[in-house]
Amino acid sequence: MKAKIVITPKKAVVDPQGKTVQSALEHMGYTGVTAVHVGKYIEIDLAPGADKAAAQQALSGAAHKFLSNPIIEDYKLEITE
Amino acid sequence: MNFAVLQFPASNCDQDAIHAIRLLGHSARYVWHKETSLGDVHAVIAPGGFSYGDYLRCGAIARFSPVMQAVKQFADNGGLVLGICNGFQVLAEAGLLPGALIRNRDLQFHCEHIYLKTATPDSPFTNKIPAGKLLKIPVAHGEGCYYADKETLDRLVAHRQVLWQYCDANGNLTDVANPNGSLMNIAGICNESRNVAGLMPHPERASESLLGSDDGKWIFESIFGALEKKTAAKVA
Repeated sequence: MKAKIVITPKKAVVDPQGKTVQSALEHMGYTGVTAVHVGKYIEIDLAPGADKAAAQQALSGAAHKFLSNPIIEDYKLEITE
Repeated sequence: MNFAVLQFPASNCDQDAIHAIRLLGHSARYVWHKETSLGDVHAVIAPGGFSYGDYLRCGAIARFSPVMQAVKQFADNGGLVLGICNGFQVLAEAGLLPGALIRNRDLQFHCEHIYLKTATPDSPFTNKIPAGKLLKIPVAHGEGCYYADKETLDRLVAHRQVLWQYCDANGNLTDVANPNGSLMNIAGICNESRNVAGLMPHPERASESLLGSDDGKWIFESIFGALEKKTAAKVA
């Protein structure tokens, strides 16, 4: 069982990394890019046989409390078998 | 007065903080992050550095160190806590200060002297700073851009929680004088109870003229003064 968490900067927060990457893409000749946002991807391996619902709840708490900073980041949590 | 200077794995400005406090005539001791008690101290400094390698987010892991329970308790009881640079990041992550520090807007690490305008003398961290005096203090950070949502910023302003702002040599709050893109040129703030403060610049590196400026000493002198008043009030 794996937990996959994608953390992205909130839209209201300035994302200079995203802007820099966008600028680089444009300079490299990629057209039609309207925005780039750079975030984080965290993968957590869970012991086999874990209860999926319990894991979802526990890791959601961890994602909110620790893995992301809700002031500046949003997160998406997915648990896969 | 006794100061506790916290040490997290990869804090690296703890020695400078200890040195500055002792140089200015007071006593200071290291408190390792695993300790669960601060001991008999009057104030706590969370120093600069790259605690836990700045992994995940700056200060995100240090805020869960065992010593932080004692720091939170100390702060809840009105104790004075000052976070410098990474220390500011730790206090913000811990929720002891509002807002967050993010990557500098130009993505560059800024290591330079800046000027600070003191926004209010009404705090234990600013009450001895001479009126109108700009503080020349060095910054050294890659993630010092202060961010808070509009509601929080409005509250900071309404409650005079903004303590220091980046300015030019003439005291103007310009964009050019802002090294990291902090909203409202905010360099340092305090909490609503005014006993916890954080700032990105390093006053402990500007407390003796040999290092290029001793303006930072005014921040420590303010803390000493506030503590002396507290002790006098207790005795009375």
